Amino acid sequence: MGLKGRVIRSGRAKGEALVSREPISFFGCIDPSSGIITEKGHELEGECIKDKILVFPHGKGSTVGSYALYRLKKNSAAPRAIINEECEPIVAVGAIISDIPCVDKIDIKKIKTGDRIEIEGNKVKINE
Amino acid sequence: MELTKREKLMLKGNEGEGVQKAMEILVTLAEIYNARKMVEIKSAQVAGVSYKNLGDAGLEFLEEWAEEGAKVKVPTTLNPAGMDLKNWKKLGIPEEFAKKQLMVVKAYEKMGAKPTCTCTPYLVGNLPTFGDHIAWSESSAVCYANSVIGARTNREGGPSALAAAIAGRTPLYGYHLDENRKGKFLIEVECKLDKISDFGALGYLVGKKIGNSVPYFKGIQKADSDQLKALGAAMAASGAVALFHVKEITPEAKLHNTVSESAETIVIDSLKEAYRELNAETGEIDFVAIGCPHASLAEIEQIADLLKGQEVRAKLWITTSSEVKEMAKRKSLLEKIEKSGANIVADTCMIVAPIKEMGLKNMATNAGKAAFYAPAHCGVNVRFGSLDKCIEAAVTGRW
Repeated sequence: MGLKGRVIRSGRAKGEALVSREPISFFGCIDPSSGIITEKGHELEGECIKDKILVFPHGKGSTVGSYALYRLKKNSAAPRAIINEECEPIVAVGAIISDIPCVDKIDIKKIKTGDRIEIEGNKVKINE
Repeated sequence: MELTKREKLMLKGNEGEGVQKAMEILVTLAEIYNARKMVEIKSAQVAGVSYKNLGDAGLEFLEEWAEEGAKVKVPTTLNPAGMDLKNWKKLGIPEEFAKKQLMVVKAYEKMGAKPTCTCTPYLVGNLPTFGDHIAWSESSAVCYANSVIGARTNREGGPSALAAAIAGRTPLYGYHLDENRKGKFLIEVECKLDKISDFGALGYLVGKKIGNSVPYFKGIQKADSDQLKALGAAMAASGAVALFHVKEITPEAKLHNTVSESAETIVIDSLKEAYRELNAETGEIDFVAIGCPHASLAEIEQIADLLKGQEVRAKLWITTSSEVKEMAKRKSLLEKIEKSGANIVADTCMIVAPIKEMGLKNMATNAGKAAFYAPAHCGVNVRFGSLDKCIEAAVTGRW
């Protein structure tokens, strides 16, 4: 299945989807050295975002989150790409400064954890 | 979107890597918010200065951006840091934290920002005029600039405000445009507002009710700039208010009709709910924090008057900018306050300093914003009330 969205940060990436139905904060809620989600009660608590195609509706929390995404990238613990329903400035700025491909305006209900995802520009291929 | 010839070249990298990165950020934000073009800005206020919030990630990023030759194109001031840049040792800030904090400020200075480290840049020379386009972060300063001064800014985050400073422009959308500046809620205030804490309490209630909308206040008889500062700061914290109008007091409300026809009315006839929700049960006080947003000279004068030389039992911090602290020194207020055992602390505040690590547990404040943030962000119990009560608590150690 193929979907088309809007490019926030252009690039190519391939990997396994990790899907959250809840928003994600990169500041204070993800361990910066391992990429493990530490937010208490989050549906992905304990999961690792490293090298995944991270799929979530939109970001939340402090704007310092942009820098936190950059830190993950520096520590090789960042996701390979990000897919959002509606990207907001925290994630957008984080994706740009960390050079992580990012696409939004995607119906994320069509993606589930474990799907094989391929991203190129604004195109998202699922299990093709 | 339409970019000028120069903006296109900036985006291509003709003015260096640092500027290119700034333009990439701004163009993407412009696309997200459907901005048609960029607008040149007069000044910037950059958040993301405290090492407590930035961590090594932020520090590394800022150093790298400075290394790429990024320089601000407009007067740019900084938000509070995690400590007094000069007197951190005296205040008990850990050495490792201090080292990293000074590196953060140095990276910003390399880019040309002024190390003001205050949330009240408008009190220390970064003062826009009516109608100016600016790119400010620090939610309380955004609220003050838009509402009390009548300048125009969105609620920028740290990185986007810095990008705007480096590029000298910001996407034209949101509060930069007339059509988004009208009051969408009519707030009828039917209770008495006296102390600064009352304005903070009102702001807390309204912010919680209206989120990121624009309130128009009716029924506020008078308000000075310190009270408006407290009102805006609390609304920006409990909600995400970036702009408010007060009938016959704020500039745009004086000039023309600033209420939408479809505005919904909310009546506030008591502040009790706010005082109840912002107060913990604690009777012991080991820390009293005044100056959120940073105290003005007038507020410091009031504190010196209330202290009347009495010795404080709890730690009393009056947080302000280094410039206002200097003025307090000239007026001998600093001497008077220090004689009581209290501190005028520059460059930082109770929210961004490592309060918990300093072993403090029960905090009193007269600031609605600080009362809202401190329990979650600093892990302390909070007592919220008037300045008189806070100073009394500092002297007795009790609430």
